[in-house]
Amino acid sequence: MSASLVIFFLLAALAVMAAISLIAQRHPIHSALSLIVVMVALAGLYLLMGAEFVAAVQIIVYGGAIMVLFIFVIMLLNAEAEERTNFSKLATYAGIPLALAIAGFIAAAIARSSGSLPAAEPSGALTSTKTLSMLLFSDFVYPFELTSFLILVAILGAIVLAQREN
Amino acid sequence: MQPLLDHLWIIPLLPLLGSAVSGLFGKTWPNKIVNGVALGSTGLSFAFALEAVREFFVGGQQPFRKEFFDWIIAGNFRAGFDLQLDQLTVVMLLVVTGVGFLIHIYSTGYMAHEGGYYRFFSYLNLFMFFMLILVLAANFVLLFVGWEGVGLCSYLLIGFYFLRKSASDAGKKAFIVNRIGDFGFMLGMFLLFRTFHTLDFSVVFKQVAELQPEAMGQFGTLTVAALLLFVGATGKSAQIPLYVWLPDAMEGPTPVSALIHAATMVTAGVYVVARSHILYTHAPTAMYVVAIVGCATAFFAATIGLVQSDIKKVLAYSTVSQLGYMFLGCGVGAFSAGIFHLMTHAFFKALLFLSAGSVIHAMGGEQDMWHMGGLSKKIKVTFWCMLFGTIAIAGFPPFAAFFSKDAILFSAYNYDYNGKVLYGVGLFAAIMTSFYMFRLVWLTFFGEQRCDEHHVHVHESPKNMTVPLMILAVLSLVGGWVAAPALWGGKDYFAEFLSPVFGAAETAGEGSASLEHALSLVAVVAAAAGLLVAWRMYSAKVKRGPSTGFHKILYNKYYVDELYQAVVVGPLTWLSRNVLWKIVDVGVIDAAVNGIATGTTAVGDTVRHTQSGNTRSYAVWVLVGALVVIAIIFWPILHPALFGVVR
Amino acid sequence: MVPTNYYLILSAVLFGLGIVAFVFKRNIITIFMAIELMLNAVNLAFVAFSQSWQKPDGEVFVLFVIVVAAAEAAVGLGIIILTARNRRSLNVERVDLLKL
Repeated sequence: MSASLVIFFLLAALAVMAAISLIAQRHPIHSALSLIVVMVALAGLYLLMGAEFVAAVQIIVYGGAIMVLFIFVIMLLNAEAEERTNFSKLATYAGIPLALAIAGFIAAAIARSSGSLPAAEPSGALTSTKTLSMLLFSDFVYPFELTSFLILVAILGAIVLAQREN
Repeated sequence: MQPLLDHLWIIPLLPLLGSAVSGLFGKTWPNKIVNGVALGSTGLSFAFALEAVREFFVGGQQPFRKEFFDWIIAGNFRAGFDLQLDQLTVVMLLVVTGVGFLIHIYSTGYMAHEGGYYRFFSYLNLFMFFMLILVLAANFVLLFVGWEGVGLCSYLLIGFYFLRKSASDAGKKAFIVNRIGDFGFMLGMFLLFRTFHTLDFSVVFKQVAELQPEAMGQFGTLTVAALLLFVGATGKSAQIPLYVWLPDAMEGPTPVSALIHAATMVTAGVYVVARSHILYTHAPTAMYVVAIVGCATAFFAATIGLVQSDIKKVLAYSTVSQLGYMFLGCGVGAFSAGIFHLMTHAFFKALLFLSAGSVIHAMGGEQDMWHMGGLSKKIKVTFWCMLFGTIAIAGFPPFAAFFSKDAILFSAYNYDYNGKVLYGVGLFAAIMTSFYMFRLVWLTFFGEQRCDEHHVHVHESPKNMTVPLMILAVLSLVGGWVAAPALWGGKDYFAEFLSPVFGAAETAGEGSASLEHALSLVAVVAAAAGLLVAWRMYSAKVKRGPSTGFHKILYNKYYVDELYQAVVVGPLTWLSRNVLWKIVDVGVIDAAVNGIATGTTAVGDTVRHTQSGNTRSYAVWVLVGALVVIAIIFWPILHPALFGVVR
Repeated sequence: MVPTNYYLILSAVLFGLGIVAFVFKRNIITIFMAIELMLNAVNLAFVAFSQSWQKPDGEVFVLFVIVVAAAEAAVGLGIIILTARNRRSLNVERVDLLKL
């Protein structure tokens, strides 16, 4: 039982429990906070694997920007605890089996096939910021430019959507 | 140099064009123009037929055959638009176009005041087209086209006065009964095709000639094929058991009865038997059947004709009877005699029908002989023509039918199988023929006048009706003279003319000359006997008695129509109504189609529930799709895994 | 050493939990958060593979996923605000105008 394995199990358990908490909580703000915990746990897992840049970006962008946005919106809309309506019989009865099936298929596929995957080790220079940015601006420059365009469109869209009718 | 023979198709084409033009454009034309088109096309066709015959003779009477275009090519089978001309065709061609032309002229007078004038001539020309195709065809398929076509025109023309229910019913009856015969004809064609793989006359008959004749009593392929073709002939030529349409066909206008039901269409069956004589001589059982059916029909129809009161019905049954004679002739092997009688019958029967039409025209539409009488002084021309026709049909020399009927009866006498019996029955039928025809003459033209002078203005028919009558009367007199010389030791020119066609099959003319003289004398005596009995019974004042006993049976045509209705028509109608309509059409087909509609609606009703408007259920459907995609992608890895879990 | 499988199975589990949340929660914002959870699970798988095969391409792709998630969150929350104002409720089952 090496140290990394122990840390892995701890972080994994944390992530899963926070995800379950997201489902179980009635007020959306509690769900948002649970999601933040999940993200932090995942950042920890990235660090364990040796992907520091991704871990940092996860915390800054996901945890610091997106989740803050969520919380602001919850505040803006005066979200309350959920109503207990249940109009969809299909969702009630098919939901869990569906989720189990999807997750099960994926897990079974993974379990059956990936016996020969090498272990995920931190490998230092390979995934350093420098390597990633070199890759970003050489092989992936086209998607990079497109995403900048995408962000522009998103900003415009958000502004238009949030305007009050005058 | 055979310009017309090379373009033989023009002979049938002209009436077709005339029919199309009158039919499409004639509705607004005055009668004169329709006359021009109809008479022009038929007259030109007759002229071209004469020219074709002339070229035939000039060319040394070589049988002519030309393939004009390929109609059906399927694998090795070819049925083309092939026309042929040999001696038999010459006879048929001249009869059809010549008598047809005379009847067209007559019709311009008879139908002058009828509605649908253009329609009548359109149909009549169409009939000429199909009949010409029938006689000129060089293979069974094209002949069948003409065969069916004349049946169609017969239906159209019988039901010409379609507003009268009896007329349209008669048209339907004719067509349906013909179809039954046609079914037999088609089966015969199929059998021939299966045996010989072709339906060209020349090829089939050549192959048949090389085969062994089948024995009497043996039902081999040739016999069955011959019998099936004969079934078709019984339908078209009104023999037992399919004769029932012909008396009803008298609902049509009288020129139609003359042309179609006396001179041409009903002779198509005889023509087919004569054309296929090789087939029949190789199938003696079939020939025997033909002879028996012909003889029986001749006798049977004559008995019914004895007591009929409608002038046209008498002539109709007379036609059935005379057709029986033609088949008797062919059945005993005297094919040229049968064709000879066909030709002379065309002359005198057309004459009789047209004269009857003239009488009906004179009487303003009256057809019942018991309402006529004493007309001989008033409509002289018609009377003399009718008398000529009656003397001809009774078989008095030197009129035409004496020679033709005599040839048939003589050949029947010499026939190997019960020939004497056939002769006897035929002779008795001849006596009856003479009797009922003279009865007709006496009832119609002599005795007291039973019609009401004030209501009926008896007048002679116009020239365009009487001139064809006179021409036909002359032909009835001289038409038989081509065979006459045989009687005093000369040559039978007609049989000799046809001998290249019938060749070795011909048995007419065999037997001793003295026997022939004796039998002809007997025939004359028989005719005279009929005449005398009719004179005794009908010449003076006659009263129409009640119809009882045997008379009633004959008057009601042996109740054959009622029998067919009960045994065939009734059950079929019941079947159609209760099974085919109610069960199959409504219950199965309609239900299936409606079922598809209902099913689609039901499916729609069910699927509709997915459109619930509820976002969560939509989310579930999205995930179901995702699940399917994942399963498909991971299937190679998953399926052993799944089965492992199950086990 | 943590075998790569463990990360992948964790990713699958988180994905499944995201699906459960997506189907069962009624608040629009919570459903949106479930979507973010699923994206995170996918990111985990990407990074795991990237480190396993020793190729940085997977991590570059993670950056793109994060960027897209951000843009999507911005626009999506704008729409949620509008819908919530219109229907005066954050319950997704109240938005049923497409019902036949």
